[in-house]
Amino acid sequence: MATIDRILFGDNQFFGVNHMSEEKARQQLLRFKDTSAIIEVLDQAYDMGIRTFMCTTHDRIGEICDHMRAHRERYKDFVYFPCMPYAHKYANSVSQVGMLETIQRFAAGGVMSTLFRGAVGTLTRDVYALMNLLIDAEMKRFEGLNTPVIFLQNVVTDLLLGLKLYPVFWEFHRYVKERYDAEAGYITMNLPLLLDALAQAGVENPIVCANINKIGFRMSGGVDAYRDLLRTRKCRAIAMSVLASGALSPRDAIEWACGLEGLQSIVFGASSLGNIRQTQELIHGCWGR
Amino acid sequence: MGIRVGIVGAGKMGVSHFAIANALPDTAVVAVCDTSHYIVSVLKKYTGVQTFTGYQEMIDEARLDAVIVATPTSTHFACARYALERDIHVFVEKPLTLSPAESRALSDFAIQRRRVNQVGFHNRFIGTFQEAQRLVRAGVLGKILNVHGTAFGQVVVKEQGRTWRASKAEGGGCLHDYASHVIDLLNFLVGPPIRVQRANLRSIFSRDVEDAVSAVFAYAEDASGILETNWSDDSYRKMTTAVTIDGSAGKLIVDRQELKVHLREPRGFEDYVEGWNTRYITALQKPVGFYLRGEEYSAQLEAFTEAIRTGNMAHENSFASAYETDRVVDLILKANNVKG
Repeated sequence: MATIDRILFGDNQFFGVNHMSEEKARQQLLRFKDTSAIIEVLDQAYDMGIRTFMCTTHDRIGEICDHMRAHRERYKDFVYFPCMPYAHKYANSVSQVGMLETIQRFAAGGVMSTLFRGAVGTLTRDVYALMNLLIDAEMKRFEGLNTPVIFLQNVVTDLLLGLKLYPVFWEFHRYVKERYDAEAGYITMNLPLLLDALAQAGVENPIVCANINKIGFRMSGGVDAYRDLLRTRKCRAIAMSVLASGALSPRDAIEWACGLEGLQSIVFGASSLGNIRQTQELIHGCWGR
Repeated sequence: MGIRVGIVGAGKMGVSHFAIANALPDTAVVAVCDTSHYIVSVLKKYTGVQTFTGYQEMIDEARLDAVIVATPTSTHFACARYALERDIHVFVEKPLTLSPAESRALSDFAIQRRRVNQVGFHNRFIGTFQEAQRLVRAGVLGKILNVHGTAFGQVVVKEQGRTWRASKAEGGGCLHDYASHVIDLLNFLVGPPIRVQRANLRSIFSRDVEDAVSAVFAYAEDASGILETNWSDDSYRKMTTAVTIDGSAGKLIVDRQELKVHLREPRGFEDYVEGWNTRYITALQKPVGFYLRGEEYSAQLEAFTEAIRTGNMAHENSFASAYETDRVVDLILKANNVKG
């Protein structure tokens, strides 16, 4: 079973994602225009003992991976939790060229010919084969790096959840285990519903990552439901958006989250040495080192 | 017995609506139709819903209470009309139709049949925009002088493909597909303009459609407005919509995430003070029961099913309000043809 650190480092700040301010998002995009600026911040976090980087499979993540591969000794304890897919890439493509051409564009190898040749057998296996090809395409850039947990991004997890395609959760779990010797993780904005669905799908003690914050921001089902299930359900839960994109003061936010019985880890993003240190110290203050 | 929903069109929006509607309480998606046999067969295999390749067949056979229409705009009229004739509630993706006359006719027909009729202008369900509307309506900004609405994003940043979005006849192009969102949002905030004074539609990458739209509006009581949209702007990570409203007593700047209000003097309105006030989406957005890609997408379908349950015909985003948006779109097209 994968070991999950209590403190994980996130990547929204590097790629212009900010849920409260477009202007702040733009400033961050500018600041991290060069990958070296991202690596500098990653280095600061790593040197403070934060070893796990939870990262979207954004196009630029490849450059970071190249750097890590080129300096293996320096980053020997570095752990990636890839989160796939980077949805905008696909969504923009679907608007531009349609769904089928998008699949063709991104899947590694001639997936369309496989699909229509009928050689793969049943339709069920075709679609799973397609999903697995897309996973392989996303995982290419992490080749040779340590990726013990691979996450499905919330837009896909929650889409499958709404469509009630629960068996796909199991297939994702099965495939990343078989192909990458990794555990599956699921990011969601609907944790109560997701845990029920994963239980139905047969994924036991799942790794899940959800918004968990004092004001209930993007916690569908409500704060009380989350508190109850963290305490009572068997899962390895990672809290994201603990600061609710900056709506809460760091101390207040982190003390509240760390006080939740059953919470395993916190993932946070920060752009400066001072903010990384402050957040780490606040978590250490609650949970110990 | 819950609400039985059918989805017309299993593209990006159709599948998104499918997931959200299916997760709503006492609501189930029971049928889907799409012209693509491959997509329909995949959905049938995995989701267990009834599938069809034509909407008439689906509406005739699937015993639906409501349909969600997410097909190219040129097909909205016939499909919505067919459903309304059979007393089925209708949610249609934006814009409602390509012709104000057709939109008007659909609106009148829906009212006559007393069926819930809603259009997917989802900005009206975003907390920051709702708060901006509340301030305008309460007169906090004083007399409205000028509005400025923009949307930028990177939908088309290369030569266009072959989807309906690249085809003018089907309702593609920045004006109908993108600018309509901002036009509707301005209508929501300050009401529709009385004239479009100038308009410019420009192609950047597309062959058959425009990629950027700008227009100058005249409002009642001498207020003016500017619309600027460009879906070929890759300096934006995703669609970014913003509105500035200048009033005699203050101004506001609002986007999806934050609302900034500057008041010239104290207005005595709740806790809004003189000078700058900032409110964030984290405080303004009402939670939804199921989140997929923004609260607004869930909130609009929650409102739709709630209106069906309560029989409330005075709901947000009715065909009548979408008609006003289509009317402004049409005025922009006409203003663009005027050389001068």
